[in-house]
Formats: sequence, C-alpha cells, structure tokens
Amino acid sequence: MNAYWQETAALTRRWFQRLLRERMTLVFGLFQPMLWLILFGSSFKNATMPQAFGTENYFAFMTAGVVVMTVLNSGLAGGIDLIFDRETGFLDRLLVAPIARSSIIVSRFLFVMALSGLQILIILATAWLLDVVPVTGLGGVAIILLVGVLLGVGLTALSLGLAFSISSHSGFFALIGFITLPLIFVSSALVSLDAMPVWLRAIAALNPMTWTIEAVRSLILEGWFWPRLFLIISALIVFDACCVAFSSRILRRSMG
Amino acid sequence: MNEPSAIGGAVRVSKLVKRFGSLLAVDGLDLNVEPGEVFGLLGPNGAGKTTTLKVLVTLLRPTSGTVKIFGHDVVLNPDAVRRLIGYVPQERAVDRLLNARQHLELFTNLYHLPAAVAADRIAEALRLVNLEDRAGEPVGKFSGGMKKRVEIACGLLHQPKALFLDEPTLGLDVQSRLQVWEHLRQLKRQGMTIVINSNYLEEADQLCDRVAIIDKGQLRALGRPQELKHGVGGGVASMEEVFIHYTGHRIRDEAII
Repeated sequence: MNAYWQETAALTRRWFQRLLRERMTLVFGLFQPMLWLILFGSSFKNATMPQAFGTENYFAFMTAGVVVMTVLNSGLAGGIDLIFDRETGFLDRLLVAPIARSSIIVSRFLFVMALSGLQILIILATAWLLDVVPVTGLGGVAIILLVGVLLGVGLTALSLGLAFSISSHSGFFALIGFITLPLIFVSSALVSLDAMPVWLRAIAALNPMTWTIEAVRSLILEGWFWPRLFLIISALIVFDACCVAFSSRILRRSMG
Repeated sequence: MNEPSAIGGAVRVSKLVKRFGSLLAVDGLDLNVEPGEVFGLLGPNGAGKTTTLKVLVTLLRPTSGTVKIFGHDVVLNPDAVRRLIGYVPQERAVDRLLNARQHLELFTNLYHLPAAVAADRIAEALRLVNLEDRAGEPVGKFSGGMKKRVEIACGLLHQPKALFLDEPTLGLDVQSRLQVWEHLRQLKRQGMTIVINSNYLEEADQLCDRVAIIDKGQLRALGRPQELKHGVGGGVASMEEVFIHYTGHRIRDEAII
C-alpha cells in the first residue's frame, strides 16, 4: 500500500507540475467558468421569465448550470493527457516501471477531481460576489462539491475509456467537441425542466448532468431535501459504476 | 524482491512468436544474451526489432514462446522483470513540460526508492549524462541529444542489471551520437547488460559484443561483428555487406514500426 501511494502521489504531482507550466490552460481553466457565469447571467438576466427558472434571480439559477458545465468540461478532458502520453511514448516508460497499472488511472482521477473542486469553489465565490448565497450554507457547499465530484468521476472514466478506444487525439477532440453542447442543452443547465417541451424534458431527465444540476440548484435556492438528494447521489454512484466498468475493460486491454 | 538467478543468463528468448492480427511480426525467434554483454539487434525496417524489444521489456505479451530476463518470465512475473531492467524507447519519450530533475524525481518514486537514496541517485544520474547545470530547465527546450540523455538517466535510477534501448541514436547529430555511445561504453565498463536495436551498422560495429541480424521476424545471422565480417566474402566484408548478404536489402536510415 505504501508503494502504491508513493507511485500514485508522484504521478498525481506530475499532472500538477504540467498544469503549472501550462499557464494559459491554468488561467483559462480556472477563470473561464467565472466568465460563463457573468456573461451568461448578465445577458439572460433581462430576458428572464421567472416561470422558466423558478426564481427571480437568474444568477442564482445559472450558478448550478455553470458548476455542472465546468465539471463536464474538465471530466471529458480528463483523458487527453494520457492520449499525449501514449503518442509520445511516455506512457510506455511509465508502464515499464514496476507500478500497478491502476495508479496511472487513479492519479488522473485525483488530479481532475482536485481541479474540478477548485473550479467549483471559484464559481461559488464568484456567485457570492453577485449576491448568490446558497441557502444551505457551508454544509450545502460541501454537498455541492460531493455531487460535482461524483459526476466528474463518471465523466473522467468515460473520457479515459474513449481516449484509449480512439486512435488519434484529433479524433478524440472532435468527439468531445461534438458531444459537449448537446449534453448541455439536453440538461437543465440553462432552462428549468418545467419550461422544456415534454419530449426534451424526458431526455433531459435521463442526463446525469440534470440530476447533478437539480441537486446543486436546490441546495443553492431551496434548502435541504434529503430524500431527493439521496436519490440523486445514489443515481450518480450507479452512473459512475457503469462508466468505470465500461472504461476499465478498455484500459485493461490497452495497458496490460 | 527476489534475487534473480544468474543461471539462465541475462536474456533467454525461446521460440518467440508475436502476431498482430494477420501480421506475423516475430516468427520463432531464439536469442540468448549473457550478463555484461552488449547485444545488438539489427534488421531492416519492419523486421520485428521493436516488437521483440517490447516483448522483452514486458510492454507486449508474446503470442507464443517464452522470454526470461535474469530467470524471470516476462509474462508470469512482469514486475520482477521491470525492477531489473531499464528501457529507453525509440521516441523522444520525455514530458516536455517537466524539467530534468522532475523527470528523475518521478522515476525514483515509480521505482519506490526512499527519499534519501533518491537524492543521491538523481545527483549521480545527472552527473553521468552531464546535465547537472541544466536540471531545472523544461526538457522541451532541450536538443534531441539532451532529451535522449534525460531518458537514459531516467532508465538508470533504480540501478538496473540490464538496459534496453530502441534506436538510441536515431535522428541525433554526430556529436550527440558519439556522446550517447560514450555513456553506453561507460555503463558497459560497470558491468551493465545492454540490448540495443539499431539501424546503424556502425553503431553495432562500435558498441556490440555480438549482433543478431533479423529479417521478417526471423534470425538470419548471429555472432561477433568480426566473425560476421569474416564469414562473408572471405574476410574483407563491411557490416553493410554482411547485412545485405543476410537480409537481401540495404539498410535504410529511417524510422521503423
């Protein structure tokens, strides 16, 4: 276990070392969600139909959407660095070391989850500057982090699986670009479920992003609804298990 | 960690076959490398050299046949093999965003060295490849030769008993090539077993105690460079002529599979 922790910690540290060298990625990664919130929120604010959002405060409504969109972007991008490692041959170097194959994957999860957590906190801090304070307080913030991370685990697993089933990084980028926007629009990120046409609402209800958004939104706007939170958290755990099962087959085949 | 048995030599390859779908990359190869030997695998592009090396270093599983490294089977006991070997792939397999020291720190942890030992090994490795002054710079700014030296340093931290290099000087300028050769000679003097894939006949001639010429995944010739040259054309053959004699083609100076 000690050896496992030593290798996993070193691999995780490497992802942070890379991020710190990629200043632009770092800055955009951390502050793009802020921009989303401010620009989206400001432009939609005056077009608000309270019945479509269930609140007078569009910033408050939008915060949950931006939290989850950010988790989506970071999660789906989670496999990219390993694609580059495979293409440069660096992955082979790692695989020739006497390490558990899973430590490479676990390091990726730790890194993406830490980054997503940081992004969520920045979004909530920005929202706070815009007068959006979660009615559930710090306890709510903790649960927002939890559901965000739960969604992120599944998405990162999916991304890692896709990264190893698609032969080139350009193909991977094309696929990620293709699925991101539909996933956002077929969710309650921008509009509440009640305001959607019935067919769209039916699809959106199956989207794990919607579940997460609904949990985050109710923690910000409404308060503690434990039965619903438990249901959502359980559903996210099932989603994670499916994604991990899908990807671990592919990863086991590619990494021996 | 199990002590490797000296019996059975450094590398024992027996009836190795590796297939990718319908492509037969390695076709019944037998090879032995003795401890302390510098052994060269020569062959035209696509001959199966890289595939063979990847099986030896546990990156590919053989379709059939057995490979033992210091007595450990690469399929049954890959981690025991991995602790005993260093591997330098053909690509510039460095992380251009990390500096040389960060590379070395990463690999000391992947080989589970305690921090106190790691610091000494890193200093030693940087000294060996003459990168002490440049250890803090991102590797992305390095020349090809310097990147290759970082890679070699990463492969030596755990003091392996054997080092496997795939085309170690491919694409390097003459000076860098000579420098890499000098590092390898130094390692040989310390008793390291070295297996090199090469497209450069001069490299094999200069460095290797013995070479195997392979083509289409099969062994075509095996022996000391001198012996091979004597065996072809009455003792005055060059390595080039030896190579053409056994493979029927001229060697090409380009990347292989």
